Amino acid sequence: MKEVSFKIDGRDCKAEKGQNLIEAAKQNGIFIPTLCYFKHLNPLGSCRVCTVKQNGKPIAGCTVSIAEGMDIEVNTPELLDNRKAILEMMFVEGNHFCPSCEKSGDCQMQNLGYETGIRYTRFPHLFVDRIVDARPERIVVNQNRCIKCKRCIEEVITNDGFKVFNFTNRGNQTLVSVDYEQEAKLSEAQAEHAMHICPTGSILVKGKTFGKPFGDRQFDYAHEGQNIPLTDIKKQVKSNKRKMRVATTSLAGCFGCHMSLLDVDLGLLDLIELVEFNKSPLTDIKKFTERCDIGLIEGGCCNTDNIEVLREFRKNCDILVSVGECAIWGGLPAIRNTVPLEDCLKEAYLDSLTSEEGETVIPHHEDIPKILNKVYSNHEVVKIDYHIPGCPPNANHIWNVVKNLLFEEEFSISYPEFKYD
Amino acid sequence: MDRTQLLNKLWEFQHRLGYISKESISTLSKKLNVSTVEIESVVSFYHFFHKKPTGKHTIYLNNSIISDLKGFEDVKATFEKETGCSFGEYGNKEFSLFETSCIGMSDQEPAALINFQPFTDLTPSKVRNIIQKIKNGENVKDFSSKTISKIHYTPDDDKTVIFRNYELGKSVKEGLKFTPQEIIDKIYKSKLKGCGGAFFDVGYKWQSCKRNEDTEKYIICNADEGEPGTFKDRAIFQHLPGLVIEGMILAGYATGAKEGIIYLRAEYQYFKQKLEDLIQEFYTQNLLGKNIQSIDGFDFEIRIQLGAGSYVCGAASALIESMQGRRGEPPVRMWSATKHGFKHKPTVVNNVESLAYASRIIELGEDYFLSMGTKETPGTKLISISGDVAKAGIYEIEYGTSIRELLGIEMAQATAPYYVQVSGPSGECVSPAEFDRKICMEDILCGGSFMVFNRTRDILHILRNFMEFFKEESCGVCTPCRAGNFILNEKVKKMQRGLASQDDVDEIKKWGKIIKLSSRCGLGKSSPNSLIFSIDKFKDYYNLKIAPSNEFQNVEFDMEAAIHEFDSIIKDTQL
Repeated sequence: MKEVSFKIDGRDCKAEKGQNLIEAAKQNGIFIPTLCYFKHLNPLGSCRVCTVKQNGKPIAGCTVSIAEGMDIEVNTPELLDNRKAILEMMFVEGNHFCPSCEKSGDCQMQNLGYETGIRYTRFPHLFVDRIVDARPERIVVNQNRCIKCKRCIEEVITNDGFKVFNFTNRGNQTLVSVDYEQEAKLSEAQAEHAMHICPTGSILVKGKTFGKPFGDRQFDYAHEGQNIPLTDIKKQVKSNKRKMRVATTSLAGCFGCHMSLLDVDLGLLDLIELVEFNKSPLTDIKKFTERCDIGLIEGGCCNTDNIEVLREFRKNCDILVSVGECAIWGGLPAIRNTVPLEDCLKEAYLDSLTSEEGETVIPHHEDIPKILNKVYSNHEVVKIDYHIPGCPPNANHIWNVVKNLLFEEEFSISYPEFKYD
Repeated sequence: MDRTQLLNKLWEFQHRLGYISKESISTLSKKLNVSTVEIESVVSFYHFFHKKPTGKHTIYLNNSIISDLKGFEDVKATFEKETGCSFGEYGNKEFSLFETSCIGMSDQEPAALINFQPFTDLTPSKVRNIIQKIKNGENVKDFSSKTISKIHYTPDDDKTVIFRNYELGKSVKEGLKFTPQEIIDKIYKSKLKGCGGAFFDVGYKWQSCKRNEDTEKYIICNADEGEPGTFKDRAIFQHLPGLVIEGMILAGYATGAKEGIIYLRAEYQYFKQKLEDLIQEFYTQNLLGKNIQSIDGFDFEIRIQLGAGSYVCGAASALIESMQGRRGEPPVRMWSATKHGFKHKPTVVNNVESLAYASRIIELGEDYFLSMGTKETPGTKLISISGDVAKAGIYEIEYGTSIRELLGIEMAQATAPYYVQVSGPSGECVSPAEFDRKICMEDILCGGSFMVFNRTRDILHILRNFMEFFKEESCGVCTPCRAGNFILNEKVKKMQRGLASQDDVDEIKKWGKIIKLSSRCGLGKSSPNSLIFSIDKFKDYYNLKIAPSNEFQNVEFDMEAAIHEFDSIIKDTQL
């Protein structure tokens, strides 16, 4: 094979003529993230995460074959942001509740989320309610997690040559459907292969999902020692010398983020030297007594009271930070967003195991907050300045961000500290 | 059975049974030796195929924006009332009602297809009449509408190209006086551009197909006219279908292809029979078949392939996929169709109008064509004008005509035009400040759709219709188009509810750019265009739609809407 030279982001690279760009870039030490690209399959070009520019024209990187003199752009600010945006689209398009997902830690999409440093999605979550299909013999397909990468469609084929998966419908209704007859022909190993190549937790094999415990999975310790680039964290200049005032609250959350904050351990002693807490469950101060420099919000908004508290915080704090997944996009409480409110209330108050036979009253009173039609993220209600992802975020992560915001200290977070689950 | 026959087979089932049953799918999968899910994937892609039984009469009512202006809602309500069925559901044994995107009747809206027979200029009382007749047992074929569009304008006699006298076989006979290469040179010289909307050089396409040494080649006539607001291809087929067939024959002669296929959109199947009769006439006159006009070895056949309802199949690469019995997903572009097209053989895909022009250019000579229009785009172009104009219909205009002239008293007679959508939803919107722009390559191109909206129309309402259309018609393969268009549509909804801020408007622009940058095919690359353009072109309008910023940085949040559901559940459970 003939060797040719080409350029990636202005750097001279060499590869075999006709080689796939993803591979060629890897050989030259440049990583182009992908979700649908898969070794021997024809380039699928479906996820578009690998979008690059070839001689100035945007194209999916996995569909480029190297030729002499090509000029490829991979990591320009525009393309990096674009890559992040596409991933965010995938996160909002399905329901990706990482903390409750069997594939967490083995999920390529989750891992790519960490790697690209997604802290929150710019797009609103769509909260779809798609089918979780457990009818196949060995496999469970959770359509809520599928990103339509097409890998399984092309790769999973029975011994006698039939496709097991295929797209049905179109537009945003597109699903990957299973052929039950063909699926039953798969061997255990073939079924596990299907689970393995799925870049998310959409295809699972019954009884095999916890083969490896959380914590020991392929991405759990990947990139240890590496730091996450948080390039777009902005700085706010503060010059006064007084003690900084902090307020915190937990809206529709579990207080786990507050617990995590306490994990700063001895750091708390330093903390108390530097800042004072105003309204916060930690101090039990119920009302703002002074204007605060920073407000930390845990949890999203699920009732009218949450909205009022959040607005109160916005009014009284210079900087507002959403802490944890629930605050950022709804998190676990938002699982209810895929179910009609009426069903939720009935399940909770009328049809539950503990409710009286023939119960018809759903609790309501002018003094009880009203339940909203769905759980809202905080930035849908007020302007939020920063987001700290995690479920819960690591204590050091929270502390570092707060220090950074208040005292302009340089910091970066190590990879294991930057986790959503 | 050959996979390319799949769509035809599915149509057979659809027409005979009213749906495609599990058994039919299973039969087909055995015949083709593929898994049933593969057949299902094709069935569920096209919106005229149903997996559940439909009534004896399927009614497809057009929900395009033009239909909307002309009374869609009233007509829809009347259909529901008269039939006792709801749209989007499968109805009863007698009727099934569905909405569908533009069916190419924008000059006669609202329009519907009842058992694929056209019914146009619908009003509530007309609908009552139609349903009554159906209930009386009359055949819809017997009282369907005459759909032939009026040709409102052609340039002075010596400048008309398409709509002039036509004599069957004249262009082919004229063309056969030249060698294939000379034909291509003539087309090349005429600078004829593809009229489907991409404006790719026709001569170049033919040349690169001819250069290919493969013996099996195909000429495909793209009659999947799906861009909302355009109906010029239908007009050509109804007025001068022979021109298109002759264009195909000439293309076959020039490139060495032996087979031509007309990919006719399913919405137009009511004139399929007429077209087939005409093709038969060509065979009789030895203009098709073996040794055409006694030229040894010049064989050419034409058949018609019916589409099944998918906008994206109007893109050449998706169209080829569809003809091969697959989902109409535009494949990853590795080669052009002229190298690996239909059945991986060299293929020329030309629009109906381009082929009609090709035969006129051969008939009249390229110099005649070059004497008109502009430097880059010589000749004339067909425009279908609809919306708030007195004279909706077909216009053959010389390239270089301005939008103002088109709207003016000599032509379409628009009343208080305010927003003009050139080239359909995927094209460009134009504000009054730009009415002097000229239709030509040097300024603004027009694929054929020209929709006019007056001052009383709400721009967001128009754009919402467009976004719903793209959301529905995205093939679903690539993330930015599938998810992105859905997300943009949500933004438009938010804006319609009055909850958008300047940030939202800026985000629409940014997000639109992301979709354009990373989408796989033309659909996603152009779907956010109108939205993005309109923000800059209609600033005053958007300023009124944006919520003012407030001192506490609260985002506009509709508390009333958020608690409405809870309140009504409580009310429901109280006595």
